[in-house]
Amino acid sequence: MDAPEEPLPPVIYTMENKPIVTCAGDQNLFTSIYPTLSQQLPREPMEWRRSYGRAPKMIHLESNFVQFKEELLPKEGNKALLTFPFLHIYWTECCDTEVYKATVKDDLTKWQNVLKAHSSVDWLIVVVENDAKKKNKTNILPRTSIVDKIRNDFCNKQSDRCVVLTDPLKDSSRTQESWNTFLTKLRTLLLMSFTKNLGKFEDDMRTLREKRTEPGWSFCEYFMVQEELAFVFEMLQQFEDALVQYDELDALFSQYVVNFGAGDGANWLTFFCQPVKSWNGLILRKPIDMEKRELIQRQEATLLDLRSYLFARQCTLLLFLQRPWEVAQRALELLHSCVQELKLLEVSVPPGALDCWVFLSCLEVLQRIEGCCDRAQMDSNIAHTVGLWSYATEKLKALGYLCGLVSEKGPDSEDLNRTVDLLAGLGAERPETANTAQSPYKKLKEALSSVEAFEKHYLDLSHATIEMYTSIGRIRSAKFVGKDLAEFYMRKKSPQKAESYLQGALKNYLAEGWALPITHTQKQLAECQKHLGQIENYLQTSSLLAGDHHLTEEERTYFCQEILNFASQHTDSPGHKVVLPMHSFAHLRDLRFTPANAVVHVGGILSVEITVCSQMPIPVRVEQITISVHFSVEKNSYRKTAEWLTKHKTSNGIISFPAETLPFPASQNSLPALELYEMFERSPSDNSLNTTGIICKNVHMLLRRQESGAALDSPSGVALEDGPHVLQCGDVTLAPGANTVTFRTQAKEPGTYTLRQLCASAGPVCFVLPHLYPLAQYDVYSQEPQLHVEPLADSLLAGIPQKVKFTVTTGHYTVKNGDSLQLSNVEAMPVLCHAENRAVIYSNAREKASEASLRVQSSDKVTSISLPAVPAYHVIEFELEVLSLPSAPATAGESSALGVTEAQRKHKDTPKAGHCMATTDHKVSIECPWSIYSTVIALTFSMPFRTTHALLSSGTRKYIQVCVQNLSDLDFRLSDSALADVGGSADLQLRPLNLESQQHICSRQSVFFVWELTWTREPPPPLHARFSVGFRPASQERLTVSLKPYTYEFQVENFFTLYNVRAEILPPAGMELCRTGALCALEVAITRLSDLLEVDRDEALTESDEHFSTKLMYEVVDNSSNWAVCGKSSGVISMPVVPQATHRVHMEVMPLFAGYLPLPDIRLFKYLPHHSAHSSQLDADSWIENDSLSVDKHVDDQLDSSSIKSRGSVHSAASSEHKGLPMPRLQALPPGQVFNSSAGMQILVIPSKDDHVLEVSVT
Amino acid sequence: MVHTSLDVVDEKISAMGKALVDQRELYLGLLYPTEDYKVYGYVTNSKVKFVMVVDSSNPALRDNEIRSMFRKLHNSYTDVMCNPFYNPGDRIQSRAFDSMVTSMMIQVC
Repeated sequence: MDAPEEPLPPVIYTMENKPIVTCAGDQNLFTSIYPTLSQQLPREPMEWRRSYGRAPKMIHLESNFVQFKEELLPKEGNKALLTFPFLHIYWTECCDTEVYKATVKDDLTKWQNVLKAHSSVDWLIVVVENDAKKKNKTNILPRTSIVDKIRNDFCNKQSDRCVVLTDPLKDSSRTQESWNTFLTKLRTLLLMSFTKNLGKFEDDMRTLREKRTEPGWSFCEYFMVQEELAFVFEMLQQFEDALVQYDELDALFSQYVVNFGAGDGANWLTFFCQPVKSWNGLILRKPIDMEKRELIQRQEATLLDLRSYLFARQCTLLLFLQRPWEVAQRALELLHSCVQELKLLEVSVPPGALDCWVFLSCLEVLQRIEGCCDRAQMDSNIAHTVGLWSYATEKLKALGYLCGLVSEKGPDSEDLNRTVDLLAGLGAERPETANTAQSPYKKLKEALSSVEAFEKHYLDLSHATIEMYTSIGRIRSAKFVGKDLAEFYMRKKSPQKAESYLQGALKNYLAEGWALPITHTQKQLAECQKHLGQIENYLQTSSLLAGDHHLTEEERTYFCQEILNFASQHTDSPGHKVVLPMHSFAHLRDLRFTPANAVVHVGGILSVEITVCSQMPIPVRVEQITISVHFSVEKNSYRKTAEWLTKHKTSNGIISFPAETLPFPASQNSLPALELYEMFERSPSDNSLNTTGIICKNVHMLLRRQESGAALDSPSGVALEDGPHVLQCGDVTLAPGANTVTFRTQAKEPGTYTLRQLCASAGPVCFVLPHLYPLAQYDVYSQEPQLHVEPLADSLLAGIPQKVKFTVTTGHYTVKNGDSLQLSNVEAMPVLCHAENRAVIYSNAREKASEASLRVQSSDKVTSISLPAVPAYHVIEFELEVLSLPSAPATAGESSALGVTEAQRKHKDTPKAGHCMATTDHKVSIECPWSIYSTVIALTFSMPFRTTHALLSSGTRKYIQVCVQNLSDLDFRLSDSALADVGGSADLQLRPLNLESQQHICSRQSVFFVWELTWTREPPPPLHARFSVGFRPASQERLTVSLKPYTYEFQVENFFTLYNVRAEILPPAGMELCRTGALCALEVAITRLSDLLEVDRDEALTESDEHFSTKLMYEVVDNSSNWAVCGKSSGVISMPVVPQATHRVHMEVMPLFAGYLPLPDIRLFKYLPHHSAHSSQLDADSWIENDSLSVDKHVDDQLDSSSIKSRGSVHSAASSEHKGLPMPRLQALPPGQVFNSSAGMQILVIPSKDDHVLEVSVT
Repeated sequence: MVHTSLDVVDEKISAMGKALVDQRELYLGLLYPTEDYKVYGYVTNSKVKFVMVVDSSNPALRDNEIRSMFRKLHNSYTDVMCNPFYNPGDRIQSRAFDSMVTSMMIQVC
């Protein structure tokens, strides 16, 4: 109630501001009601509907009730809203018409007039009724009358402007009700007033804002106006709306600054461009910084002042809104934008002043936030504040550098002056913070006061920042601050502290592959290490830097020179070596072996050519480049033979290394590529697809821990390998870019050599590439000399010259002039010597080296081939012609008749074996100059021909047929065929029936020759004949060597015809021709042609009187089932051994088919009875019958009906099986002894007339 | 600085990952304001990050401009990735991409 006494200047402490409501009329009454009223009014919220579509809000109204005074009413043009009375209430307790008329009405009228004069329409008349009072007075007018009167008098149309409040001080339901009505009315009216007045104010404000392009417009004035609105909102506890007002102001100002920067300057803005003189930071502890406000009001504020004030207000409101984190965020933005704006407006700021301001502001904001939050909240919201921390750190650092507090020597006088100036700009410490020990002001002052204090503060801040960053997981940011800290330490000359920070940052950058930060950090690190005297590390870092393309040429050269200097200085101390990784220095691009297959024989020269890309900016002279080699003896000796190696290594000898092993292996780069393979799994039962998938073959590479990979980069991982095997190359100058270095070595021991390490050394500095990957290795082998002899074609043919290839693999043996191969001659296989033989010499890699002539000398026993002089590990190849003589005694042909039969039988039994050629093996022993043992080589020759002979008879005339079958793939020309009797008996003559002297025999064809055999003496002696035929390959017209003819010897015995068998079939009696189904007569006449001969003298011969007779068995066989033999088909006859003695046999046969049918075969055997007296002929006959039948069947199986010989032999074999049994034996007659004169005869059979099926049973 | 701002990118992504995955806004907004520069971030659905550093004194660059620049960049990047001859992870050597970036730079400066 005392506030209204002095309305101006209002001490504005926001929370205490309430909308003003004036009270006129009965002051006593109001005083009595006031406590209840002020208590009741804010109790219930009221909905405030707002203009401009703003969302309605529920607000709790509070009011400051003041006594009505005319001065309180705003004058025209006064924009102050805070002091604006929003509602005027007239209180009256009058219940008496008289009184009303006398005083109240006048008073009311006066009040109304005053209000009208100020065009205020927000008023309310409250009539308080008091029952107690009413009761005292008897002459009471009806209660309503006063109210009605008032309503009549004053509230022309707005009857709601008059309210009755009944018994306000009593506690009755009626009172309560009337209170409620009153309060509702009051609130409604208040809000109406707000809406109206604020709307008007806002309109005015907007109008003012629209005028901003006018020249005289002042931002400060407008600022004050809009701030007024903000104050009102704040007063109404609408902090959100208040904040909006400030944000609008902020945005407006920012826009102006931006426009100014774009050249569109407003006049008023130049005012803000005055030089900054004070930089005392934000003041957030007071709700309103009246100092600054006044400055703004007086239009004397600087940009910083304005910004500070604005932010302080925003900060206050945000804190009211419980949004401290937004404060932090906005603070950072504000600080950044202020700095930018000052730059943009080209405001002159003393150096360091802004830093001070920012630093102070940061700390102020932080402390303000800390002040209103508890510890836990702070910790969970570090993310918001950490930016301020780091900004403060940064600024303090800048100040430190500026004031010379970071250098080793401490600040000089200039620095001190600057410090003093800066401190002066801070002004005096503000009273609010004077008592707190940790105020930003004090901190800054202390920090700037001395080097030590600065260090302490800076370290505190930095560590705090790093800790915060780390705790929220912003490792990268933490490393960045750490780098700053390292820089600081470097300035303070304490590199050991800096190093850990640098290493930490570097590790982080390396892990993520950031090239530029790496370079920068490494540069710092190099300096640090130099100071620390960590020579090895320094050199390593230098080498990295020298090869870093992100640095300038000079810098790289500098670092390179550093290494070289070190190298040249420390040459005198040989024991110490500095081992550095190679990858920074140079990059191994490829490696090339010569010979390309990387295989050399012992003593051979191997050269390894490597291409190294030097990454140094200048040429570097390297004293030595070595490759250490791991030697391993391989167990598998086969691997080292020349053939294997030449076959299996097809590479071109170049091994390329992965393009760039980056000095900073980014995590994804260092990983090997995925090796994926398809995988199918089928079920074993039905081969259906069970599973399919992709298999990653190098999981172990991909999934291994990252650390172990990174450890490779550390210098400790590089160890110099000292092996006994080293490739060396001395004094090489590596120019920048690609260089080629060639190593030469002479292979010593056989085995596999794996290249392990590449090391380039200059003085004590060694650059080592610890592993060569992909694996590069070369093989050294040693080989025994070898000789191979193999035919040129698939198989060697006997009888004609064949080429044989000799391959001499010299191995470690050097063939000298005069060395020769000594071939022991085999008579049957002479080596054909040509005038000129050429040998081709190859190197072991199958490259043709040279050609040399070969001398072949043959003597009786040996053929010596003198080899040309050839160095070791070469191959000599030459061809020789050899001839296998066909007439080699052991093999040339079957000489015995038995042999012939055997061969024929074999041939007949297995007709498919026709391709089998008779083979001959010749063994040649060769003496090689390198060995005391002779090598034995077997050559297999095949006979190109097979010959068979046959004896043909015509009556008593005999012919010899010789069949020559060509088994080879070649065509031959046969000539000069001859058959000679070598038995030497003059009784036999052979008359050739061959017309052509020369015959062509194609591959796999046969040629037949026939001679007629005549004799002069009967019986003729056995023939022992030799067939010979000259042959040569048809393709070769002329041959240099005369070839031996092909010969074939055989023997023919007992070819003299003894018996003539004649068979005849006669049609049945009374018929002209035979008919099917009709029995015909078969007449067989067996005639003896000669006297008793030697051949007849055997067991079958029986002598009676002077007659000799022999027992023969005949047999009628029809294999083609043309005939059915009725009755006995065989029988034994006794044949008198007398010329022209004839035995006739009559049989009945029945033709089964119609047509010309050949006659059944009649076979004749010699019947040798068993030496038993009891054997009767009948018995024997029955025996024979059985036997013959069994024989018959047997023959049938053999599918050959024409061969009597074969039959006989089988039979004899069969009978020999029956040896010891009391049974007769059958013996075949030799082929020449029986002549079947009816062979080949046919007889016409006509079909029978009746068509009925003929059933014949043959017994 | 770009490196440091990745911290914020990670933070934002992980925060967003919990939110709607499908309707994610690719543009991350201002990541890391400093006195002289502003760092903006953008992350594609496949977690490819774009970071743009602009001079903070350049008033022409508002959020919307940056956003559209990022979108353009992303489109161009997608084109590069679609090139069958491009090996993901290699340095981008596309002329079209280069010219697009250059044109963006010129337009801004």
